[in-house]
Amino acid sequence: MRSTTQTQAPDARGVAWYLDKAMAYLVFGAGVSAILLIVGIFVFITKEGVGFVWDTVDLGQFFGSPAWRPTSDTPQYGALALIAGTASVTGLAMLIAVPFSLGAAIYIAEFAGGTQREALKILIELLAAIPSVVWGFIGLSVLNPLIIEWFDVPVGLGILNAGVILGLMAAPIMTTIAEDALRAVPDGYREAAEAMGATRWQVTWRVVLPGAKNGLTAAILLGVGRGFGETMAVLMASGHAVQLPDGVFDSVRALTATIAAELGETAVGSDHYQALFTLGILLFVVTFAINLTADLVVRGISNKD
Amino acid sequence: MHKLVVFALAALAPLACSRGGQSGTERTVIQNKGSDTLVNVAQAWAEAYAVIDGNVAVAVTGGGSGTGISAMINGTVDIANASRRMKAEEIAAVKSNGINPVEFVVGIDALAVFVHPDNPLSEFSIESLRQIYGEGGTFETWSQLGVTVPGCASDEIVRVSRQNNSGTYAYFRKAIVDGDFKLGSRDMHGSKDVVDLVGSTPCAIGYSGLAYATDRVKMPCIKKGDGACIAPSRTTASDGSYPIARPLLMYTRGKPQGAVKAYLDWILSDQGQCIIRDKGYAPASPVSCA
Repeated sequence: MRSTTQTQAPDARGVAWYLDKAMAYLVFGAGVSAILLIVGIFVFITKEGVGFVWDTVDLGQFFGSPAWRPTSDTPQYGALALIAGTASVTGLAMLIAVPFSLGAAIYIAEFAGGTQREALKILIELLAAIPSVVWGFIGLSVLNPLIIEWFDVPVGLGILNAGVILGLMAAPIMTTIAEDALRAVPDGYREAAEAMGATRWQVTWRVVLPGAKNGLTAAILLGVGRGFGETMAVLMASGHAVQLPDGVFDSVRALTATIAAELGETAVGSDHYQALFTLGILLFVVTFAINLTADLVVRGISNKD
Repeated sequence: MHKLVVFALAALAPLACSRGGQSGTERTVIQNKGSDTLVNVAQAWAEAYAVIDGNVAVAVTGGGSGTGISAMINGTVDIANASRRMKAEEIAAVKSNGINPVEFVVGIDALAVFVHPDNPLSEFSIESLRQIYGEGGTFETWSQLGVTVPGCASDEIVRVSRQNNSGTYAYFRKAIVDGDFKLGSRDMHGSKDVVDLVGSTPCAIGYSGLAYATDRVKMPCIKKGDGACIAPSRTTASDGSYPIARPLLMYTRGKPQGAVKAYLDWILSDQGQCIIRDKGYAPASPVSCA
């Protein structure tokens, strides 16, 4: 109402001004919600599991014994076989997924052109959208009889089956991230190398891949994190047997599958319930560490550039 | 990260499912959950009872005896089905909520052991089953039992078991294994999965309630000590001659009242008992069925 308002025209509090403020708060809320959620989830699983870690469990047994018998008359909470199950399945999955996804990423980023590249990218993203229970079903009903027939083993559900399924599941995401990393290498590098007479493959191998090293490492780490946390497909394809495996045909049980199979069926607050949350804490810490490492590795490149 | 959300949902699921309680109308819903051995029978009872009393709906869920008993401790079911007796600490946990669980024997099951039809073995002793399934047991191959199983080139005994909250698992552990299970068994989530896997795997051996038997698996007779080898059936289960017969149970929260009482009375009547008989288990007491 005062005369000064005329000189402050840009600050006029019209509908647009309020809308602007409201939107700013809204997106701020959306932005920090991820932080709140992750802190909330961490507090939740820690609260449920920490009493067990403190009072009941013997950490030597937890990490050193393969005997997971939570409902026995003398309950045993050894997670070693479950950790070995998750690690072996994820390990095999990476052996399959890394060459495939890096190869696919190199082809798409460096060799394919035009429509072919676009078609491949769309198809690979489509592959990433297949629900994990469908992958598990493929493991159960397609891969299982094939493994029995080809390798003459009694049961086809095991590390090999789950590893192949998980590798196929992780490959699309790894391909997409690896391709982004390769595309991020400046074209100037490629042109310089080509000007010096390098072939297409020499450019890729000697110039682009070293340049994209960090991004590729991050892609692989995110794939590992994906494999570590996958539940449904592993539950269905791994055979669900608690044991330390000594071959790729052995059935194993993953950490995630154990939680999924048992958590809904324990009395809230019981030792068994808390033990499952302890497995949850372990998974959370490991995937968090993997994702954080991947993130830091990616930051590594942008700092250098 | 989204996996953690799944954990959270899994933890909440039992709460969410059970609060469907009363709908808007006068209809009473009885929540009935637990034993996978009993789930088909419980479903048949619920369907037949819907015709008798249209005002009562019985919602049946499986999942295992441990699931039902946990739900009773968590206070989310009216009737828990179990194929094993409640443990002392489970009873204590329910009592700590001010509720006294009451047990009803609703039928008798002969716990059947299954092998593939090509397996030449037709009898097992309790002792040999213990050597196969129990920790420290020495039987790892079929040749140790004196047979070669056609189609099982590896000779390995593939042990099929149940997940650790299953009442069948707990009963088998108590009656046969007498200690802990050997690690490395394939732990199936339901009796049907056990029968399916054994039926398609020549090397396998498994166990479940009698009612799950199909013609794709063979049921050897079971011998205890020097006794005769008894085949599992309704008759041998109810006359007590089958060595690993067990009661099938329902637990209520306190002395049943109202709709729950009427439902249980009906289950224990001839009509209810003939249904469990038709499903392949022995009735809790002798009945005459049409």
